[in-house]
Amino acid sequence: MARARVYITLKEGILDPQGKTVLRALKSLGYDEVEDLRVGKYMELELSGTDKSKLEERLGEMSEKLLSNPIIENYRMEVDV
Amino acid sequence: MRFGVVVFPGSNCDHDCHYVLGTVLGQDVDYVWHGSTNVSSFDCLVLPGGFAYGDYLRTGAVARFSPVMKAIEDFAASGRMVIGICNGFQILLEAGLLPGAMMRNVGLKFICKFVDVRVETTSTPWTSAASKGQVLKVPIAHNEGNYQVAPEVLEEMKRKGQVVLRYCSPEGAVSAEYNPNGAVESIAGICNAEGNVLGMMPHPERASEAELGSDDGLVIWRSLLSHCNV
Repeated sequence: MARARVYITLKEGILDPQGKTVLRALKSLGYDEVEDLRVGKYMELELSGTDKSKLEERLGEMSEKLLSNPIIENYRMEVDV
Repeated sequence: MRFGVVVFPGSNCDHDCHYVLGTVLGQDVDYVWHGSTNVSSFDCLVLPGGFAYGDYLRTGAVARFSPVMKAIEDFAASGRMVIGICNGFQILLEAGLLPGAMMRNVGLKFICKFVDVRVETTSTPWTSAASKGQVLKVPIAHNEGNYQVAPEVLEEMKRKGQVVLRYCSPEGAVSAEYNPNGAVESIAGICNAEGNVLGMMPHPERASEAELGSDDGLVIWRSLLSHCNV
C-alpha cells in the first residue's frame, strides 16, 4: 500500500477571491505580517502497488484529468511506497 | 424540433427547461438521463442549471465524466446544437467543449437576481433573432460565474465572434459596476468557433414568460428555432 498527497494550487495570475477574503480577515485580526495568501486543495490517497514511478505517472494522469483543472490550477504530488 | 434536456444527479433547472421548450414553445422535448449514451434522436441538447454531483471538487468536474458526455461530444462535433446554462455551462467548460474556466464570484456570494446582458453578436445560431447591442433582462443564480480564460485565447475568441453576451447596465453600457461576478471583460456567455455550442450563465428558461418578470430569454430560443428552420 502506498500513500500519496496531492496539492492543487491556483496558477499565478489567476485571481483568488477566496484567498483575498481570508487575507483580509487575517489582517483584520491584527496579523499585519501576512503579505499574501492563496487557497488551494490538499488530497490524501491510498494506492495499491509499490512501483513508485508507475504510481507517480498514474497519479499525474489523475491530477490532470480530474483532480485539477489545468487551465487554472497547478498540482504537485508526493508518493510514499 | 426535438430537444433533449440532460439530467445529472443534482440538476435542478431540468423541469424549467422542459416546461419552456415543451409547453411555452410547443416543441418535442424529452429528458436524457446522464447514464444514457444514445442521443442520436435529438436536434438540440440542453445541459440545465443545478449542482451536478454536488459541484464537488469543481463545478462540473465530475459531471463531465458522465457516460452521456462522450455522446454529447460526438453530438457537438457533428454540428448539432448544444446549450449549457449556468451549471451546464460549467460542465461544458470542464469537458473542454468551450474554452476557459469558472472561478468563484469575486464577492464570494451566491448571486440570484435579474441582470442585464448585451448581445455582442447576432451571427450565432443563438442570437440571430436579436439586434446587435440588444439588452436582455435575464436572471442569474450562481456562486461560480467568474469566467476566466487565457488572454491569448480570449483574443482569438473575440476575433472569431465567440463572445456572445456581456453583463451591462440597463442601457447597455459594460462596466465593472455592472459585472456581478468578476468575469473577465464582463463575459456572460460564449460559443465555440463553429457556433453550435453555447454556454451562458444567465437562465433564459427563467425569463421565457412575461408573467415571471421577463420574456427576454425567448430571444435565445427563438433564434435557435429560426436557425433550425422551425
